Amino acid sequence: MIPPVLWELAAQFFVLSLLSIGGANAVIPEIHLRVVETDHWMTDNDFAQLFALSQAAPGPNALIVSLVGWKVAGVLGGVVATLAMAGPSSLLTYWVAHAWERFRDAPWRIAIQRGIAPVTVGLILASGYVLTRTADHSWSAYAITGATLALCLATRLHPLWMLGAAAGLGAFGLV
Amino acid sequence: MTAMSDSTATPAVASLSTSALFLGFLKIGLSGFGGVMPFARRMIVEQRRWLNEAEFLDVLTLSQFLPGPNIVNVSIIIGRRFQGAGGALAACGGLMLMPLAIVLALATVYAQYAQVEAVRGACSGVSASASGLIVATALKLTRPIRESSWQVGICVVVFVGIALLRIPLLWMLAALCPLSIGIAWRTRP
Repeated sequence: MIPPVLWELAAQFFVLSLLSIGGANAVIPEIHLRVVETDHWMTDNDFAQLFALSQAAPGPNALIVSLVGWKVAGVLGGVVATLAMAGPSSLLTYWVAHAWERFRDAPWRIAIQRGIAPVTVGLILASGYVLTRTADHSWSAYAITGATLALCLATRLHPLWMLGAAAGLGAFGLV
Repeated sequence: MTAMSDSTATPAVASLSTSALFLGFLKIGLSGFGGVMPFARRMIVEQRRWLNEAEFLDVLTLSQFLPGPNIVNVSIIIGRRFQGAGGALAACGGLMLMPLAIVLALATVYAQYAQVEAVRGACSGVSASASGLIVATALKLTRPIRESSWQVGICVVVFVGIALLRIPLLWMLAALCPLSIGIAWRTRP
């Protein structure tokens, strides 16, 4: 007997998989909307903590999906959510990639790419905004977000140093 | 001439076994923090020469445009190119296996210590910093579209709709993708 919550997780991420133009980072606001505001599977604070964990582990950004599944239904939930997020889009990519490469210089292909580009940029900007609002509850948290942003834009420092420094500040109760 | 000695322009390897795909993507999955694409590019183009620079760029562009996690799409396309369906499955499985196991283990351990003040604090610090990383990524991505006023307009509408008005993604995409592609078509060079 499969618990209903696993079906629900699978259904949610199955749909999100096909909507995730621009990758996992682009659908963070939608995941937040569904799991925090619509389904009440977790609080804002839970979501921020899961996001932190997903960044503290090696691997693709998509791990936030695994952690949402884990929070809702344990390890099995994490596996189901990950498969549902990766499966449909991968099948689509598998079928489309070949044809797409043959039409590399077709005007319609270039128009689709130029049209989709600003949509994905807007989605990722929205992710940054929603995450900042979810994660930052103090002036010091905003300062860390701002400092990371400035360092990323102005230097080539590896992001792991910034995450590490922020973790250290947080551990000493400074966030 | 020099093109032959340039690692990024040399022809890519001719064939690649399923197990090489699995192990290669296993390594990619383990190598990056907060996104693995820079590591993937270095390994695929510079170290193992599975693809040359132009081929990788093609794969990347397609991966970003199609739905799904970008690096997962890269693994599917490269796996398929060398070994068909089995290769795609091996590459994607290799990519996700260890990160998924590690993050679920980390979450399980975290749940034990979630009440410890220092652990909660460290998490808050990381999420604040990681939010900044995403904003930085997004701002860098705006560079190629800044010259075009209609692309900036679409980008702003998407941001306002998703971030401020919290309109469901499906409605935003259904309305804006056709509009944006339509404008791109009418203004094609």
